[in-house]
Amino acid sequence: MSATGRRPVPRFGHGSRVPGWDDAVDLTKAPATVPDPALTPVLPGLKETIEAAMAKYPDRRSAAIPALHAAQEVYGWCSPEAIDQVASVMQLTPAYLTSVATFYDMFSTVPKPRNDVYVCTNISCSLLGADEFFEAMLAAAEGDPDVDVRSFECLGACDIAPMASVNGEYVGPLDLDDAERIVEDLRLGRPVLEHKQLRYRRSADPEVAEEETDFGPPDRDETPMTDTAGLGPEGDTEDRPGPTAAIEMTTDQPADHPEPEAPTDQDRHPAGTTREEADDEGPGQEDDTE
Amino acid sequence: MKLLLDRIDEPGLNTLPVYERRGGYQSLRKALETTPEEVLSNIMDAGVRGRGGAGFPMGRKISFLPHGDMDKYLVCNADESEPGTFKDREIMQKNPHLLIEGIVIASYAAGISRTFIYIRGEYAMQADILEAAIAEAVEAGYIGERILGSDHSMSLVLHRGAGAYICGEETGLLDSLEGKRGNPRLKPPFPAIEGLYHGPTLINNVETLATVPAIIRMGGKEYAELGTETSTGTKVVSVSGDVQRPGNYEIELGIPSRELIYDLAGGPLPGREIKFWFPGGSSSPVLTKDDLDIPYDFDSMAKAGSMLGSGAVIVVDDSHTVLEVALKVAKFYAHESCGKCVPCREGTNWTVKMLQRIESGEATPMDLDIMASVQEQIIGNCLCVLGDAMAMPIGSMVAKFRDELEAEIAAARERAEGAELDDVIPIGVADEHAGPFPVH
Repeated sequence: MSATGRRPVPRFGHGSRVPGWDDAVDLTKAPATVPDPALTPVLPGLKETIEAAMAKYPDRRSAAIPALHAAQEVYGWCSPEAIDQVASVMQLTPAYLTSVATFYDMFSTVPKPRNDVYVCTNISCSLLGADEFFEAMLAAAEGDPDVDVRSFECLGACDIAPMASVNGEYVGPLDLDDAERIVEDLRLGRPVLEHKQLRYRRSADPEVAEEETDFGPPDRDETPMTDTAGLGPEGDTEDRPGPTAAIEMTTDQPADHPEPEAPTDQDRHPAGTTREEADDEGPGQEDDTE
Repeated sequence: MKLLLDRIDEPGLNTLPVYERRGGYQSLRKALETTPEEVLSNIMDAGVRGRGGAGFPMGRKISFLPHGDMDKYLVCNADESEPGTFKDREIMQKNPHLLIEGIVIASYAAGISRTFIYIRGEYAMQADILEAAIAEAVEAGYIGERILGSDHSMSLVLHRGAGAYICGEETGLLDSLEGKRGNPRLKPPFPAIEGLYHGPTLINNVETLATVPAIIRMGGKEYAELGTETSTGTKVVSVSGDVQRPGNYEIELGIPSRELIYDLAGGPLPGREIKFWFPGGSSSPVLTKDDLDIPYDFDSMAKAGSMLGSGAVIVVDDSHTVLEVALKVAKFYAHESCGKCVPCREGTNWTVKMLQRIESGEATPMDLDIMASVQEQIIGNCLCVLGDAMAMPIGSMVAKFRDELEAEIAAARERAEGAELDDVIPIGVADEHAGPFPVH
């Protein structure tokens, strides 16, 4: 094969085409041992939580994930200090716990912002514009030190695609404007996008729906949240369901088989681009946001 | 016929009083009045096949457990992470006691006293709901010592995962439940012989276990009359992607796929046409619009060269390119590969690179052959099926949409490297050095 016209092979700083280790490792250091409980102060509460978790299993090691969840909740991330404390309570080496913490996506071994926004970018969501929403979410959260935006594996809520999990609360279907609202709701400590939360969503199966059951968000009487996710801050006149509006799902599922209203293109493509536009870019161009 | 989603939107169904008012835990009472063998024979008669992906008959799985007095375990796999699947989520969130009742009955049939639910870490709300429901069930005496005055005792622990697709694979799940990294194990020994803490372990999906109360209520033989002969009963199918009404639909197995996609989920968006669809989650080989009349059951799907999998239909319409979807699938599996077996670790990553070459205009049609052969060599050569889960859909896309991918290759090359076309091998001409790894 001729070598001309080929792009040069990218190499990393150390001259190899393999990226190497993620973190620098001091190979001269002695391996860490199980911390001495007498010398490792553990936060009050954390110790009890971990011990209660260990008591639930025949083998105490099974509590590693619950214990790391508890430690991450206290410290915000699995810091070396947090891992040392867990290790001392569970009588395991810090290395073992680090190996567990690095395997799972929900644990972070580097400092991270307080609020987690996981944007699902898997197939079902990306078919409906999740990649564009992810970009919008990144832009909306840029500069906010408290919001950590990540694209995530399928979160198991393709019925509300495109969707995101904000601190564990599932919201969807999202449109591009929702990115700003999520950041704002987080900043003000409000429930995030309450009228789009999964917990208020009815089953889609037409034969399942109970007639006239109250399945909406709770009463908004004592907590007036006029601007939560309903209308934009200024001059937004577009007719969206506000937080006090009933969740409009009844049209989809009366007791007998309904003839559904055909959703408009705008409804189905909340991410802003219509399919026609996407088509015009020609094949192969859709992915260039990546 | 709704067995699992029956009036599931009833307010308060996640609490014990409402569940009991609707006849909840009556199946458990009925089961405890008979012997475990009778319960097991009911499950056998029902012929219910695992709803998690493999479709293995539940009754036979229980019968593989050794008899005797050793510690045996039941693990409910609630790690639902197959892309496109969200049925277990709805069951756990809205009707958690149905699952708990199923677990108690199954543990009685199999003579198991320690049970676990492994729920994925992202399902925070569902975990809280289940935790509360378990507490209610313990309080009411449905879980604990000598349940309802019988000789059966069992405990139930809810275990939250922390985000890893591979933990939905049963042996990876067991390692994760033991507090390790979720790497799959070599099989055999199968978990029924040596599983959790080296004890015999029964692992079932949420939906499978949630079906058990209905089987006991109806009787196994009557349950078996639902669905087809080899795919009995009802199944909750998650329909998502380019359809008008995505969601969970409970169907009798064996209805035409068209009915599921068009009548229930509303079909593709106006003005669009179905291009292809995944019948059982993103790991299943894709089917095209010509396959819409295939009955939706385990054997018909297998005969059509695909699989029912976890019962997650993902519909892709003609506004998307095959390449775009293939790249999404491959990237997901490359990220989620645990790295233990070489064919999967390398195969997934190279597939991503080859697809990206198509996108950047560096590929030739021969890359499609290489890609197809890489997929063939992944299948069956790893400890678990994660690699296969990528190889099957990618392989089927290359086979069924070769023309489109070739056109894509040509178009991308013209687009990207118009100036350098002379240096690229002409389409269709093989190069003596060409192999899976380009020589630079």
